[in-house]
Amino acid sequence: MSVRGPQQVLELAKVSRTFGEGATAVAALRDVDLAISAGEFVAVMGPSGSGKSSLLALAGGLDRPTSGAVFVESTPLAALGLNELARLRRRAVGYVFQDFNLVPTLTAAENVALPLELDGTASKKAQRQAADALRQVGIPELADRFMDQMSGGQQQRVAIARAVVGKRRLILADEPTGALDSTTGQGVMEVLRSRADAGAAVMLVTHEARHAAWADRVVFLRDGRIVDQATAMHDPALLLSQAGH
Amino acid sequence: MSIRHSLLALLQDQPRYGYQLRVEFENRTGATWPLNIGQVYTTLDRLERDGLVAKEGDDGEGHVVYSITAAGKAEVQSWFAAPVERTNPPRNELAIKLALAVTLPGVDVQAIIQAQRVASIRSLQDYTKARRDTAASQRSGDTAWLLVLDSLIFQTEAEVRWLDLCEARMVQQAQSAGSGGARKTSNGVTEDATPLNADSRR
Repeated sequence: MSVRGPQQVLELAKVSRTFGEGATAVAALRDVDLAISAGEFVAVMGPSGSGKSSLLALAGGLDRPTSGAVFVESTPLAALGLNELARLRRRAVGYVFQDFNLVPTLTAAENVALPLELDGTASKKAQRQAADALRQVGIPELADRFMDQMSGGQQQRVAIARAVVGKRRLILADEPTGALDSTTGQGVMEVLRSRADAGAAVMLVTHEARHAAWADRVVFLRDGRIVDQATAMHDPALLLSQAGH
Repeated sequence: MSIRHSLLALLQDQPRYGYQLRVEFENRTGATWPLNIGQVYTTLDRLERDGLVAKEGDDGEGHVVYSITAAGKAEVQSWFAAPVERTNPPRNELAIKLALAVTLPGVDVQAIIQAQRVASIRSLQDYTKARRDTAASQRSGDTAWLLVLDSLIFQTEAEVRWLDLCEARMVQQAQSAGSGGARKTSNGVTEDATPLNADSRR
């Protein structure tokens, strides 16, 4: 098991997840080691069925591994009871799903404030932080709209605002640009990137290379195993000398 | 890349000497296609031979300055007006490599695809970062460089998508070739093939 530094927001240590038993058992993840530090943006790529979404579910405590351990801000998730786990998810972890999972009877601002209010934050303060988050994703003027009054792209921005509201240190996104046009998709990447630059750990599951390219590190998953990683060179001279080829 | 037309286009802007042309070209394309100074002088000689540029004389510091002729301007016009021909696709080493790999026994095509994918994504990360940094700096001369970066991003993305397709096709072929025997699931678990009859679909 690797050493957990203070900057490490997420760690998966020798994590396996098997669905079913005996002859019909399917191994979704096998012995996966992955750590994400504060300020780091990691993209996970792989063909469908490679275990991407299973990995994300384990990272966010939505599912438990068959073996191995998951740590969020050094807290082993296995040691938490259901209530404590739910509390940690509300406080530290933000999710962006492909289908936005927004509440249609609430306004944009109310949707964003919801996890804070569930966690006991005073309503006024929650509303203020929700307004902040909506500003970050570029739609402060839509705070009072209901979901059926917004486009798909706008709803996705609300979903992202809900994921980043407050002081969340771990942001998990599963194909968050699924139904969006390419310009809006790029806007989503900009928000995720800026959250990482502001110190959050971001994990993005995607099959789109152009979105994965926004990450500091791209992890390749195949048959439930990490098979490769790509880290940007960040060397302009190398970049230019290669581009002509 | 047409060095000939690029230099002519720059001369249409104003008369310049060889080194200036090279610097201008690299500034406007983000130094993406580095230009050899020897290439510049050889090209200028040919352009002069063809009557498209003329020597204007010395700039006082020993540089020979060239200016564009009327015929040269017409040449630039038709270059801009004509679409870039695709009749002669540029040699694509990757496509050639994979085409040969799939036909040879004992070559691990999936490994070739994955190695290339990692390299291409790494380039894509670098282009994306360069694009982000350039867009954030908002200097006036950056528009040309942004266009070039966008082009590189699209090309690299297309390459990765093509690799995904190649891989999917290989997996499909392997599955249909092995459909009589054992079958590999998407999770890598080898199963006995189920007989293809109506009962197995229930």
